[in-house]
Amino acid sequence: MASHLGGLSGAPVVRVESLIRSFGPRTILDGLSLDIDKGEFVALLGRSGSGKSTLLRALADLDDKVSGSGRLETPDKKSVVFQDARLLPWKRVLENVMLGLNLPDAAKRGRAALEEVGLGGRENAWPVELSGGEQQRVALARSLVRDPELLLADEPFGALDALTRLRMHDLLRQLCARHQPAVLLVTHDVDEAVTLADRVLVLDKGGIVADIAIDIPTPRDHGDRRFGEIRSELLRHLGVETKPVLPV
Amino acid sequence: MNAFSHPAAVAPTIGYASDERALIPPAVKPRKTGTRRRLALGRAIPFGALIGPALLIVVWSIGSVAGLIDPRTLPAPWSVVGTAVDLIAEGKLQGHLMTSAWRAAQGLVFGVLIGSVLALISGLSRLGEAIIDGPVQIKRAIPTLALIPLLMLWFGIGEGMKVTTIALAVLIPIYIQTHSSLRSIDSRYVELAQTLRMGYGEFIREVILPGALPGFFLGLRFAVTYAWLSLVVVEQVNATSGIGYMIDLARNYGQTDIVIVGLVLYALLGLASDGIVSFFQERSLSWRRTLAD
Repeated sequence: MASHLGGLSGAPVVRVESLIRSFGPRTILDGLSLDIDKGEFVALLGRSGSGKSTLLRALADLDDKVSGSGRLETPDKKSVVFQDARLLPWKRVLENVMLGLNLPDAAKRGRAALEEVGLGGRENAWPVELSGGEQQRVALARSLVRDPELLLADEPFGALDALTRLRMHDLLRQLCARHQPAVLLVTHDVDEAVTLADRVLVLDKGGIVADIAIDIPTPRDHGDRRFGEIRSELLRHLGVETKPVLPV
Repeated sequence: MNAFSHPAAVAPTIGYASDERALIPPAVKPRKTGTRRRLALGRAIPFGALIGPALLIVVWSIGSVAGLIDPRTLPAPWSVVGTAVDLIAEGKLQGHLMTSAWRAAQGLVFGVLIGSVLALISGLSRLGEAIIDGPVQIKRAIPTLALIPLLMLWFGIGEGMKVTTIALAVLIPIYIQTHSSLRSIDSRYVELAQTLRMGYGEFIREVILPGALPGFFLGLRFAVTYAWLSLVVVEQVNATSGIGYMIDLARNYGQTDIVIVGLVLYALLGLASDGIVSFFQERSLSWRRTLAD
């Protein structure tokens, strides 16, 4: 990806050191360390319950009720895209995009952001009038209108159908190329991670067990040989064997 | 009793199967189309809501004409209308109506304001809830009408007592519904507000108030009904004007027709105010899509 600076830049925008998070007796993140460079697109894979969301919520400052320790540095300008679009149902689309944006030209920026995600002209629609994919695009616009240095996305396409998801991948790739935020995309979809990210991490037992740079030029073809190799390696880290199962 | 214990049972089984085949035809017969029952209610009857009341008036009229209903028990519809026209011509009806409407409106405004403010304080802070919720629940357990003797001792029998009684009745549904609606706002929206770095004021304005609005309106519809209900009672307890006073006076002189005029007026006021509230409710909650749409 063009935005990938490959660690050549100076200070990373996200710096996590020895992060511990636990719910009661269960330790979810156990001394996790992670750096994300400026403009770098990182995908985070892991089985359910591996702590993906816990890490993302820690980075989003949404874990004040969770006990833990560690050093956590994140930029001030960050935004979150949740799995559900999380639009306020009583606000029209444009108002949803402008929420919390206390700038004199908020409306103008909001319109531009909606235009960018392909929803120009739907400013006055109610959220319930939009399809699932459209709602998620509004959520993307709401995140990008803030010019984030860090975009945190928690399985943002998990609830969408396969076709819509592919379109959203293209859109997200374009938007990231243009705005160049650092991205942490939490997903359980290996193909999604390999298609979009500069670097894919696998989280297991409270730590990062794999950290793979994706060295395939974009746009990436799922049928590519290297794509297949990386997919197999990631699946192996996730505990899924892809070898032929027939006994010799 | 299985087939193993009775090998001979095999034969009857076959016979049964062929019998059954002979019975099949009715099931195969093509089903007549259009007779299948639909589960939906079907098309709405135009002005359907008026049919019941109209029927009631027809029965009432026939009963009056046929002499089946004693005019002292229930005067004919037209004599009630005649009485209403006379009362309007004398200017009495308007006077009583204005007095009653003004009392109800004052009680409603104070009750709604106090109820909403209490619901917000109690809904938005733990301390507020600890202080406010208990007393409101206690008040809720005591019927407002049972408080009238005490209120009369405190406020006398003037307007203050009447408006207070109405306000106290109105406050409860507003508080209960607004508070419960506010507390059931999805925590995901609170999380969203946090990630969007909303200030507290903006959070209240954009998330809390709109989120509590459905409950507020539900409470308001109850409140309007309670306001008229309390009005009737306070006006009949001690008053020198108002619809309730008019009815009470008519009762003393056995003027059934005036009593009926008063009752019809209450019905109209109740329906009209509920209509106004639901009009605003629909406009303010137009973002919702429910079963009714």
